[in-house]
Amino acid sequence: MLQKSFTTFYLVFYNVMMTAGWSSMGLLWIQHYKNTGNFFGVYDKLHMWLKVVQSMAILEVLHCATGLVRSSVWLTAAQVYSRIFLVWGIIVSVSEPIVQHGTGFALLLMAWVITEVLRYSFYWLTILDMLPYLIKWCRYTFFIPLYPIGVFGELFTIYAALPYLKASRLYSVELPNAANISFSFYVYAIVTMVLYIPVFPMLYCHMLRQRKKILGNKTTKSN
Amino acid sequence: MEIVVVHAASGKELARLNNLSASSTILDVKKTFHKHGKKVALHRQAFRTEPKGRTLNDNEVLKSLQLSSGSTLYFKDLGPQVGWKTVFLVEYAGPLVVYLAIYWFQPRFLYGRLHADPRFPITTIAAGCWTLHYTKRLLETLFVHRFSHATMPLSNIFKNCGYYWGFAAFIAYYVNHPLYTNPANELQMKLGFLGFMLCEVGNLSIHVALRNLRPAGSTERKIPVATWNPFTSLFNFVSCPNYTYEIGAWASFTVMTQCGAGTYSYNL
Repeated sequence: MLQKSFTTFYLVFYNVMMTAGWSSMGLLWIQHYKNTGNFFGVYDKLHMWLKVVQSMAILEVLHCATGLVRSSVWLTAAQVYSRIFLVWGIIVSVSEPIVQHGTGFALLLMAWVITEVLRYSFYWLTILDMLPYLIKWCRYTFFIPLYPIGVFGELFTIYAALPYLKASRLYSVELPNAANISFSFYVYAIVTMVLYIPVFPMLYCHMLRQRKKILGNKTTKSN
Repeated sequence: MEIVVVHAASGKELARLNNLSASSTILDVKKTFHKHGKKVALHRQAFRTEPKGRTLNDNEVLKSLQLSSGSTLYFKDLGPQVGWKTVFLVEYAGPLVVYLAIYWFQPRFLYGRLHADPRFPITTIAAGCWTLHYTKRLLETLFVHRFSHATMPLSNIFKNCGYYWGFAAFIAYYVNHPLYTNPANELQMKLGFLGFMLCEVGNLSIHVALRNLRPAGSTERKIPVATWNPFTSLFNFVSCPNYTYEIGAWASFTVMTQCGAGTYSYNL
């Protein structure tokens, strides 16, 4: 029983911290807008938060792998990986205004902040059995517009970074070399963009099915 | 006696089969069921005594399954099937064609105007090793292996070919590249080559030993033991040394060619 209360405490703590982390980024953004009147250009203010908080999500893969959380390791790993690739591989790596202060970044940040605040709140409230129906409804409804908006922002950001990846040969290895290997991060980024075409519909449909299952035919509010 | 065929997933009754006896086998059931309804091909039929039980073998006798007249058998359609031998032949022929085509033509769409001229001898030796490996696989498919199942799901052929042909192209691209860097060390190349050859012989020895364990036309499984062939002594350490030798062969190939792509060629 002690172990159960410890794991419960840990998961509540983790999800509360993540809720706080993403909320902080939301608040910083609102503050930035109030101070400058500018919707864009907030990256400089919150980049440390973004790096730390998004990287912490790697723990979620471990949660699944250890059975602490009942979810697919592969699904979680794919989701977290795509975020890490975007944050570290593209946004942090390409210090260009069009990438860090561009429309794409603003769109993806908005989608991520709202979705993650809802998602992590959903988790800790569920664990404590204090989940208001409103939060459950929001978590399984907001994604309908937010997911496509986020995907558009992500693709736009990667696309904006492409010319810089090509010119700088960032994270790439060329022939000839002693190990006879080569890797082009530029090509890798393009392949990633192409993969959105089959993967996004799959994930979106999965969420729609989940929505039907969880919100579906309920006419009464659950406590 | 009469057997009732019920769809395992839906519970719907599909057919009532007559002209069966207690000594009939599952294969007889399949042949009889084939005449009904959608005339499902024999290889697509799977029968179970429970809706979610194990699939029954063709040679199992109705009496020994405790089935009598009026008993139910649960049916599942396995979907379009393709022969194991067919899949093996196609998936192994591809790498031969792909690798040798890249080696010989050094295609423009891969290498642009660059051309390896003259080539390093090790590149030719690697092509020879590759050819040996896949020719051996094709011959084993035709003359050595005794398959447990006749067919597998059709979608497997696309997955398997994608894997084998894809990695063949990947490795061939680097080993035959005009900018390929020769391993500095001649000893390394010789050891790699020797390792590769020994592992090929080892792998073949295991395949032959396994074949000899299973009488022709049967799907018996026996525990393998080491034979007079020293290469089979690995049976004393692992159950499937054919995989050990396969890993060894490709590790040797990687060392021999000093090519990072070789680490992805464990064609299991």
